[in-house]
Amino acid sequence: MAVARPPRSRRKQMEAIALYPLDWLEERSGLVGAVKYFLFRKVPGDTNWFQTLGSATLTAFLVQAITGVILAMYYTPDPNSAYESIKHITNDVTLGWLVRGMHRWGASVFIILMFFHMARVFLFGAYKYPRELNWIIGVLLLVLGMLEGFTGYLLPWDQTAYWATVVGINLNGTGPIIGPFLSSVLRGGSEIGPDTLARFYSIHMLVLPAAIMGLIGLHLYLVIRLGVTSPPWSKKAAGAPWIEEDEPEQPARKGLVEPTPRGGAAK
Amino acid sequence: MSRVDPEQGEHKPDLPGPSVWPIGVAVGVACLLVGLVISWWIVAIGGGISIVFGFLWLSDLSGHPVGARPAAAPPPATTGPPPAQRRPEGPTTTRSGFLSVATLGLGGVIGALVSIPPIFLAIVPPFLKQSKKPVDLGPLAQFPAGQWVVTTFMLDPSEGAVSRRTAYIRYNGPLKGQPSFTIISNRCAHLGCPVQPLGLVQPDKTKTISTTGGEVVTTIPVLAVSGFSCPCHGGAYDTEGNRTAGPPVRGLDRYEFSIKNGHLILGRNYSVSKVDGAGAGARIHKYDLTGPGQHIDGWEQIFYPIQPPH
Ligand code: HEM
Ligand code: FES
Repeated sequence: MAVARPPRSRRKQMEAIALYPLDWLEERSGLVGAVKYFLFRKVPGDTNWFQTLGSATLTAFLVQAITGVILAMYYTPDPNSAYESIKHITNDVTLGWLVRGMHRWGASVFIILMFFHMARVFLFGAYKYPRELNWIIGVLLLVLGMLEGFTGYLLPWDQTAYWATVVGINLNGTGPIIGPFLSSVLRGGSEIGPDTLARFYSIHMLVLPAAIMGLIGLHLYLVIRLGVTSPPWSKKAAGAPWIEEDEPEQPARKGLVEPTPRGGAAK
Repeated sequence: MSRVDPEQGEHKPDLPGPSVWPIGVAVGVACLLVGLVISWWIVAIGGGISIVFGFLWLSDLSGHPVGARPAAAPPPATTGPPPAQRRPEGPTTTRSGFLSVATLGLGGVIGALVSIPPIFLAIVPPFLKQSKKPVDLGPLAQFPAGQWVVTTFMLDPSEGAVSRRTAYIRYNGPLKGQPSFTIISNRCAHLGCPVQPLGLVQPDKTKTISTTGGEVVTTIPVLAVSGFSCPCHGGAYDTEGNRTAGPPVRGLDRYEFSIKNGHLILGRNYSVSKVDGAGAGARIHKYDLTGPGQHIDGWEQIFYPIQPPH
């Protein structure tokens, strides 16, 4: 349908063409708006670098997730070949040493960053009303993160891994009443065996990452909903201003580039 | 919900007012935890206290305290004839109400049906697979009297190297016409690391034999053993496996044994609090097999009232 459009500059035209797919997506899902809302939401003017520690933790987690998926393509969770497969990754697979190194060192980085992030939240008093629930979710994330460390440590199946896990499982076994049952469940039997490795592998790569991703989703939802706190030395009152109020009302079905209606429906 | 709006200067957090009930909840929870250690009765009492006080607390928070009754409203002055009997306001079960209950109910049943088997699979088998077969350690002649021998064997050869275990075996000479053995498990009674014999291990005298079940048993003699020690956290034991130093909570576990056709057959392992005396005449304080780090005697044993099958 050829319709005379208002004349526009070449630049604008190119922009419109480039952004057309985004407009298409936005009109059908609202996703572009959602991402823009997330990226350009207001934060207090005096936020500082310590408030990037949460995003740093998130980045560390994503690195673990991606390198972990790739390692899983070469690793075999079988007592008779696990160690060999780790050696294979380290010595034979192209850049395997790098990806394994990233995953192994990244594990510590992730845990350390979680603690730094938690320290900043604590020292800024950012756990206070109305963010108590986000602190609680954070504590769950911390516990799950450490469990990732515990279950992942066994997988290389060398002497350090094996005996550290023996000690770790038996440590759980000393808990009152349920301790002995907990250690049996962790071992998958009364003795460490092939089931233990398979069990740890499944928990490490399926159960915990899924749980952590879900909780990160909730965590970020609350961060966006409640806004981030100003630092404690801030002159302004804490809390998020309600940004919707001072924004002009959005015209319905507004395109990203220009509110020019497509398909010839002249305004 | 109260909103935080600093720009408007109106910052009224929706915080609960003071209440004494949380103290009761705290007492109840403490009671419950103590009960976990001592007796199920106390757990029940603690649980009851927490529920009652928790309810009172919530009722306080909700702004409708249970204690405070609204002042009785005066009966409405009725003038004129009594109102006509009210017609029931429609059916008590609405279509949407029924559908939501049905969806929840059906969803719950389906959810339970599909989630119970996997959870069962994850938790129950560890308590079922307990078939420990006796292990043939080979002819008695491998074990000279008074000599410690590091003996390595497979608990379940089909599982491969992961089932390799080590026992320290000493032949004590005959006791009442029967050969007497001290067979100590190398599993540290602290957290399960492999304890090592303190003595002169003689690797050049290592012997490997295949026994009846196709099991491969390796023996290494050790001279002048003065005890055992653990590489992990420094636990130390004497030659009878009694704890002498470090974090272990009891002595080293031992194995039962029997003798069949001149072969030493390793039986079930069991836990030991301590051993009086030594060698063939030792008096062993024997208990059911218990995980490392768990007390089997003394008051601390109340922490571990029930053991899963071993
Ligand atoms: C997987 C681990 C975690 C990730 C990916 C994560 C991510 C984030 C991000 C991106 C933010 C917003 C920016 C910032 O304040 O840094 C945040 C805020 C927050 N986090 Fe975490 N976090 C994690 C663990 C934790 C832990 C362990 C705690 C505490 C126990 C915690 C408590 C909080 C709280 C209370 C806020 C709100 C802070 C504010 O509004 O100023 N988080 N988190
Ligand atoms: S495991 Fe032996 S001392 Fe800790």
